[in-house]
Parts: sequence; structure tokens; C-alpha cells
Amino acid sequence: MSSSTNTPTHHTSTIGAIGAPSRRNTELALLVFAVVIPVFAYANVGLAMNDEVPAGLLGYGIGLGLLAGIGHLVVRKFAPYADPLLLPLATLLNGLGLVAIWRLDQSKLLQSINVAGGKATNQLIYTAMGIALFVAVLIFLKDHRVLQRYTYISMVGALILLLLPLVPGLGLNVFGARIWIQVGSFTIQPGEFAKIVLAVFFAGYLMVKRDALALASRRFMGLYLPRGRDLGPILVVWFISILILVFETDLGTSLLFFGMFVIMLYVATERTSWIVFGLLMSGAGAVGVASFEPHVQQRVQAWLDPMKEYMLSRQGVAGHSEQAMQALWAFGSGGTLGTGWGQGHSELIRFAANSDFILATFGEELGLAGVMGILLIYALIVERGVRTALAARDPFGKLLAIGLSGAFALQVFVVAGGVMGLIPLTGMTMPFLAYGGSSVIANWALIGVLIRISDTARRPAPAPAPNPDAEMTQVVRPS
Amino acid sequence: MNKPLRRIAIFCGLLVLTLLIRDNWLQYVKADELRTDKNNRRVAIEQYATPRGNIIVDGKEITGSKEAASGDFLYKRTYKDGPMWAPVTGYASQAYGTNQLENLEDGILTGTDDRLFFRNTLDMLTGKEREGGNVVTTLNADAQKAAYEGLKGRGKGAVAAIDPSTGAILALASYPSYDPSTIAGSNDGDAWNKLQKKNNPDDPMLNRALRETYPPGSTFKVVTAAAALENGLYKSADEKTDSPLPWIMPGTTTPLKNEGSIPCKNATLRIALRYSCNTVFGKVGADLGNDKMLEEAKKFGFTSEQFTPVRSNASVFSGDMNQSQTALSSIGQYNTAATPLQMAMVASAVANDGKLMKPYMIDKLQAPNLDTLEQTDPEELSRPLSEENAQILQSMMETVVKEGTGTNAQINGVTVGGKTGTAQHGVDNSEKPYAWFISYAKLSDNSSPVAVAVVVEDDSAVRDDISGGGLAAPIAKSVMEAVINSKK
Repeated sequence: MSSSTNTPTHHTSTIGAIGAPSRRNTELALLVFAVVIPVFAYANVGLAMNDEVPAGLLGYGIGLGLLAGIGHLVVRKFAPYADPLLLPLATLLNGLGLVAIWRLDQSKLLQSINVAGGKATNQLIYTAMGIALFVAVLIFLKDHRVLQRYTYISMVGALILLLLPLVPGLGLNVFGARIWIQVGSFTIQPGEFAKIVLAVFFAGYLMVKRDALALASRRFMGLYLPRGRDLGPILVVWFISILILVFETDLGTSLLFFGMFVIMLYVATERTSWIVFGLLMSGAGAVGVASFEPHVQQRVQAWLDPMKEYMLSRQGVAGHSEQAMQALWAFGSGGTLGTGWGQGHSELIRFAANSDFILATFGEELGLAGVMGILLIYALIVERGVRTALAARDPFGKLLAIGLSGAFALQVFVVAGGVMGLIPLTGMTMPFLAYGGSSVIANWALIGVLIRISDTARRPAPAPAPNPDAEMTQVVRPS
Repeated sequence: MNKPLRRIAIFCGLLVLTLLIRDNWLQYVKADELRTDKNNRRVAIEQYATPRGNIIVDGKEITGSKEAASGDFLYKRTYKDGPMWAPVTGYASQAYGTNQLENLEDGILTGTDDRLFFRNTLDMLTGKEREGGNVVTTLNADAQKAAYEGLKGRGKGAVAAIDPSTGAILALASYPSYDPSTIAGSNDGDAWNKLQKKNNPDDPMLNRALRETYPPGSTFKVVTAAAALENGLYKSADEKTDSPLPWIMPGTTTPLKNEGSIPCKNATLRIALRYSCNTVFGKVGADLGNDKMLEEAKKFGFTSEQFTPVRSNASVFSGDMNQSQTALSSIGQYNTAATPLQMAMVASAVANDGKLMKPYMIDKLQAPNLDTLEQTDPEELSRPLSEENAQILQSMMETVVKEGTGTNAQINGVTVGGKTGTAQHGVDNSEKPYAWFISYAKLSDNSSPVAVAVVVEDDSAVRDDISGGGLAAPIAKSVMEAVINSKK
């Protein structure tokens, strides 16, 4: 089984190319848990709130199980060597999110302000659409390197998606943030899709330009400074991020895109100076915009003193929101173990209780233990993504995988940090947990792309491997 | 490319670690603070999730709970005879929190008290709803009604009545009052605002019996007489005192005046108390000096707050006065100020042969199944008088009612001892005086079931008409009668 290499500096042995386990059965076993846990949670909500096993339990269980099963079968057929954890982790989060949304649907308070009521059914439909897109990605994208061809089309596509909310008559202004568009009766958050498309563009662009960006530089105070003309791309992306911040007043999306670009730039060029530049520029941008944008200022005020913000809101002063404080109370009231499903009062958060603030429901009803579990599931997804990037054989795949995983991690940090009062609140949603079609669908597509890359990365090389270090995730060595 | 990838992996790990630390900070370190924050609506939701336990007087509930029609509070507090009992119960409002008994015994009433923990755990296991316990008070419904109705007919004022032998509070009334039912809900902002002092000069939410200190006027002479006897300045009620008339206050050229021409020259203590001689008691205070007077006042409870368990304000007797100021203070003027509860304690200590009992209003706390969780035992607070001196003072106070200024408080077949007071206040005594009366009743078996203090602030009465005997004594009488009749 072991093979030796002819270069002595390399690792001398690794698992052979032939007979590498596909881990599909592991995935199936994990998926069973990922479906059964939310089904029990669903029953738990019903028992706690209405003293009966909910009537929709069977439908919910079958629905989630069917979607997971389809996902699994498609992976088994079209990406047999894919990472076995990604699909079960995403399914578990999606399932728990559905339970939390259904639990908030029961709240009369949220029903009365039209935030809840039948949202779980909608979310199940969105989940089905998400799985459909996931399946489509796996079936039609046989090799992720195909995406390389669409580098510049992706750029145009991403820009259009980002600008859509600013189009008069199409864009919606919801509580000061312009990140939605309205199509018929649907509202879509194009930013969620732009995240993936932009990652494709960045990966393709950086793969081509990495050498120029990395090598042509001057050394100054221990840092490699890029040449002036190579600063162009980062300046452009920075400028676009600032524009998003100014016109859509969305700190989160702006931070997300810029952060994703800096991460990918750093991975592509291996130059620490880009990180330094990135941090300086995002800091300058955020402070600069905050100095004249009242919406951003108000978010910062609410972050610094949520209690004062709560009082102002209670006194009926316009432009203030008690949500930040309500979210903190929800977390605090949950304590270590939480109140149990359906027994908290996270509906007091009111608007966006089941989307941006859904983590607070988990915090109150599942407690510290539950939230740490959820955060670790997110951490695992990111870890699998980074591992995929490490294992990928081609630079485009590496860049795309790290871009998507990095963006995912940043999004989780920005949203969870915002809800928990670690950083100012931004208008983004917890991937998979939060109510919202765009978010669920886009994130399923993201998982699809990661699974596709990981399948390519882990697939045994067709011929006897000339270079065994490029095949297994276990092989990690400095390049 | 793998080296930067690993660094990014570490960076992502740090992001998650930061979130985990923040979560621990929120849900572990800060959890209790956030959970019990009074602005956190969950606190009130929990409070009103089940019917609140009741506050009980004479075996009858004076509070209740009703199911709320809508909203996230399931139950709402109700009160029977709310204005009459407000100084006892306080309020339990969904919007404005709780105070007094409703606040102090909130744990028992909502059923979250630690002493109910075992029962609650059992209930949780058997699926029963949490229930609140009861607070059984020492109050006497008839006495309370007599006090409240009496005040209502007179305008502003307060009554406190105590059982001298135990310290149990029998009546605690304040007028004008408010109905806590009107502010019990979550949308009672208008009613609440109307009750606030800034919108309502009558300040109906002020518990005058415990929280307002009035100059006690001549009723304080009982304390001064006690100090004279205790310090051996005079040995008996009928010994001639050394009291010139007119008497110039030491260190001044001002004579201390009496009300009208009353026989105060070298009068005995009995005569002086009967006619309420300022000169005699002023001189007693000046002779004893600030320290001895303060010591005696403290023994009666002055200068300390009382926890019944509802807190009363501390009554005032200053400790840094010269002789003439001490003289004025000894007749209940200058800085001296007392709560109605304090003056009831003075009367009760005299009636109880010199032994002052700690005033209390909670007889026992009951679990939802009426098991007693805690019983209050009467407790001695101090001994301001020896038994002998107390009996001397009793005979003096009984003379006041029999043939002095307090004849309005006489009750057939019952020995009553008392003292009237008319306290001047305001700059140059420009404002309407307060009418005071403190008294106790003694039955034929020499036991004393009740001591009472009444203060009336009468805006409408003519200045000269206000005297403790005229306005306050009839209220004290009806309260004492109510207690005596309910004992029969």
C-alpha cells in the first residue's frame, strides 16, 4: 500500500492512490444524525409550547430526510470522493434553523407584526430550492476549473448583483439598509449570491496575476511593498466596498467582500504586506464612512451603549432600536443550559428575530452549551473548507476554496459577533440558520462548490501518481 | 500556497475562539445580571406567568389575580379596597415593578423563593403549574377601616396602630391614597402619571404612616416625661417641678410660651402633661441636656429606620443642640420630627410597662398549600422605661384623657391613656398646624391590646380649631374601639 518517492526531502510514505476510501457511508451515517436531531428538536418545540407532538412532524421529518437523501445520492453519484462532513453539517444547521423559525412562528407577538407565521414552510421550500441548486452545481459543474473561464464575466455579474439594490423601483430600503431587491412578491438579497460570484472572479484573476503581485515589489521596513500599478486591483475592490457601505449602508457586506479579497490576495501572493494594507484600508474606510453616515453611527452607538439605545427607543426617539439590548437579554436569560426549546422569549427582539437575530433564540433556549455547539459546527464547516483548499491540486481550486471558506467564516463572525454585541450590528444573516431564501439558496450553492473542489482534490489520480503529495488531505507540507 | 492557507486557518480559528469567549462572557459571566435586569421584560413575564399569591388580613385575601385578556403577561394583580390597603400592600405593576410587601415578599408571592424550591421541583416533575405562597399580615381589618374612614373625613393624614405586647401592626393608613389596581397593568401610563407627586400635589402614593416625618408637637412630651423619670430628675407624677413662669430659655432673652393661660408654674408632671405645659417640659429638656434627651429618644426608636419589614423613615432628634434648642426639641418642635409609626411605638412602649416591641406586619409566610414557611416571633427592641416609671407615665396619660386635652378619646369601660399635640410648622408657623393624638387602651385585666398614633394635616380647618383633641382623638378612639370589639 505504501509507496516511496524518489526525492528524499519529500514525505516518504502516504496512503496509496488505489483504494482511497470515498467515505460516502460515513456521510450517510452522519446525515441520519443531522436529520434525526432536528426532528427531535421539532417534536420538543411542539411538546413545550402546545403540549402535543406537532402535527407537522412527519411532514417535516420526511421533507428534511428526503432533501438530505437526494443531496447524498447526488454526491455519491457525481462527487464520490467529496468531503464527508460538509453535507451533514449544513443539513444539521439548516434543520435546526427550520425548527427555530417554526418555533418563532408560534409567537403571537411576531405574528402580529408580520415577522412570523408560516415562515417555516417558506423556509422548507427555500431549502428545497437550495438543495436543487446544490444538485445542479454537482451535476453540471463536473470540474471546478471550468469556472476559470468565466473570470471576467463573473466580475461583471458580481458588480451587477451588488448594484441591483440601488436600482430605483427594484431596491428596498428596510430599516436603513438597502440590500434587498423586490421581484414580484419575493425579496432577494443579491449580496448573498455576489459572494460566490466574486470569489470566482477573485480566484481567476489572482491566479493569473499572482506572480506579478508577489514578486515585483520593493522592500521597506521589513515589508514588501507592492508596486504602485499593482495596487490597482485592491484599490478598486476597496473603493467598491466603500461604495457599498455608503449607498447600501451595509457594513457587514462591505467588510465581507473586502475581507474575502484580502484573504485571497494574501494566499495568492504569500505577502504579509497585503494583510497590513488590507487592515489599514478597511480601518480607514470604516472610520471615514462612519464619520458622515448617520445609519452607521447609530449602529456604533447601539454597540457601545445598548442600554442607552434601548432607553431612547422606549422613549420613542426616532431612529433608535432596542434590538441590540433585547438580544443581549435573550442570551443572558438563556444562561448555561438555556430555557429549553419553545420556553424562551426571544420574540421580544421583534423585527428580524427569525433572521439576523436567530442566534439569540438559540442562545436563550439552548443556552451557552447550544450556542457553543452551533459555533463549533460553523467552525467545522470552515475547517473542512480550508482542508479542501489545502488538498486542492490546482491554484484556482485552492483560491476558490479558501475564498469561500474565509467569506463563510467572516460572515459567521460578523453576524454572531454583532448579535452578541462584540462588534456593531450589521444586516447579514447566519448561514443556514436564518430565515431567508437568498441566504439558504446561496449557501447551499457555496457548499456545492466546496464539495465539488474537495471531490476533485480527494479523487485518486487516474494513473499511478507521479507526485503523491498532491492527493491526500493528510499530506501537508510547505510549498 | 499552503503556508498562507494554514495561517488563514489559524485566523478563522481565532475568529471562532473570539466568538466562543464572547458567548461565555454573555451567557456565563454576565448571565445573572442580564437575566435579572429590571428592564428585561422576562422578569415581569415570569412574575405574572402564574396567579400571584395573596396578601391576607384576618383570614381574608385583600389581593387577587385575574387572567389578562391579551399580551405576554398571563395574569394581572387585583386589589380589594385598594386605597385603604395600599400603605400595606404596595403595588405590583406589570409596567412599573413592585414595592413594599409586594416587592419584599415577591419571591413567596410569585413562588420562586428558595424555600419553595423543593415543592417547585416536584411540581415541575408532576407537570403542575407553579403557585405562589401567601403573606399573612398582622393587620386588623376593622381597625384599618376605622382609621381609613376617619382620615377620609378629615383630609390628609395617617394612622399607625400597634399591639403593644407584641409589636404587631394593627392598622396602617394614609390619606389621600391610591388604588394599586389602576396601575397593575402594562398600559396604565396615564393612571401612573396622574399619581406622581409632580402632577398631583396630594402625593397619593406617599405612605404617610411610614415614610413621612412630621413635627410631633406636644405628643413628644411623653418622651420628655419619660426622660425626666428615667434620669431621676423627678421621681413621681405628683412631685412639684421647678418651673418658673414665664421661663426664659437659657442663653436667650426669649420666654417660652404656653397656649393660653394654663396653670404651669411649678406644676407637677401630671398637671403639666394634662394642660400640655411648654414651659415645664421645655425646662425638663434643657435641664437634662441634649445627650440625655437624645439617649431616651433613641430608646423609643428615634433616629433609626424600622423594618416592618416595609422600611419606615428614621424619626429625627438632633444631637448637636444648645440648651434652648434642646428645650424646643423637647416639646416636639425645632428639628424634632417623627413618623406616625414612631409615635405609635412611643405610646405602645408606655402601655407595655416600658418594654418596646419591634413593630412588624407579617405574621407568617405560607406555602401554596398553606403550610407555614416562616412565623414572625415578637421581639423586644429596647426598654425606654422601667416598669415602675412606665406605670407613673400611664397614670399621667390616663389623666390627660380623663380630664385633660384628650377627653374626646374616652371609651366606656376601657381605660385610655393619651396625649394630644398640635405641631406648628412652616416659616413663622405660617402653615397649617398638624393635629396629633397618641393613645393606648387598657382593658379591665390590665392588658393593653392597642396603641395608636394619628396625625391629621387639615388644610380646610381654621388654625385655632386644630388641636389634637378635636381632630385626631376621635379617629384614635374609633381605631381602639375597633380593635377592642374585634377581640371580643
